[in-house]
Amino acid sequence: MAAVATKYEDLKKLDVEVLSISVDSHFVHKIWQEEELSKMVEGGVPFPMLSDAGGKIGSIYGVYNEAGGVNTRGRFIIDPDGIIQAIEILTPPVGRNVSELFRQIQAFQLVRNSKGSEATPSGWQPGKPTLKPGPDLVGKVWQEWKVENAF
Amino acid sequence: MKELKIGCGKPTGSKVGEAEKEEKPMEKSENKKEDIMASVSVGTKAPDFEAPAYQDGNFGQVKLSDYLGKWVVICFYPGDFTFV
Repeated sequence: MAAVATKYEDLKKLDVEVLSISVDSHFVHKIWQEEELSKMVEGGVPFPMLSDAGGKIGSIYGVYNEAGGVNTRGRFIIDPDGIIQAIEILTPPVGRNVSELFRQIQAFQLVRNSKGSEATPSGWQPGKPTLKPGPDLVGKVWQEWKVENAF
Repeated sequence: MKELKIGCGKPTGSKVGEAEKEEKPMEKSENKKEDIMASVSVGTKAPDFEAPAYQDGNFGQVKLSDYLGKWVVICFYPGDFTFV
């Protein structure tokens, strides 16, 4: 959470709002912020920290673990129309990668801004070439894109 | 954030950007619940929800559909004070 908080200004520049959510109460969020998060990142977590006591929201999103009574690490990218564009769900011991979050948001924004005329191939990074899906590209991806571009 | 009015987080029972249904989600039959769960997939509308929230020293209420028109990243995580 602190990692996302550190990059929050950059996310805002991309017109992204972050909502973090766990089964903890908003009271516990406050103490976590004051006791720990504010010492990990200057100013603490700037975005809303939501409470999902009982996991009702996590259940709907398919990330609630009933045995543990907690939400697993589920990350959803939702576009301005309210459509889920990406889902990443990890078991608790492995943390997420904020850089990959940025890459995916920038890719989805590029595709949206192109109105679907462009697609981002494997390993795409901002500035790297995109593909223009259409009849002309069928069977010709090997000419337009090399496997080395993925890394 | 809006003023805090609800006690705990809950799905509204409708999708983001769609009219809210009259029945409460928790009163729905099991089948209805499964319908909603089955529909959480990429390319579909996100289920709307409201939840109490903490931000910048304040408590308030957040509703997902209030963010229509912006990109939103929702991060579920196991718990405060955990290690990752």
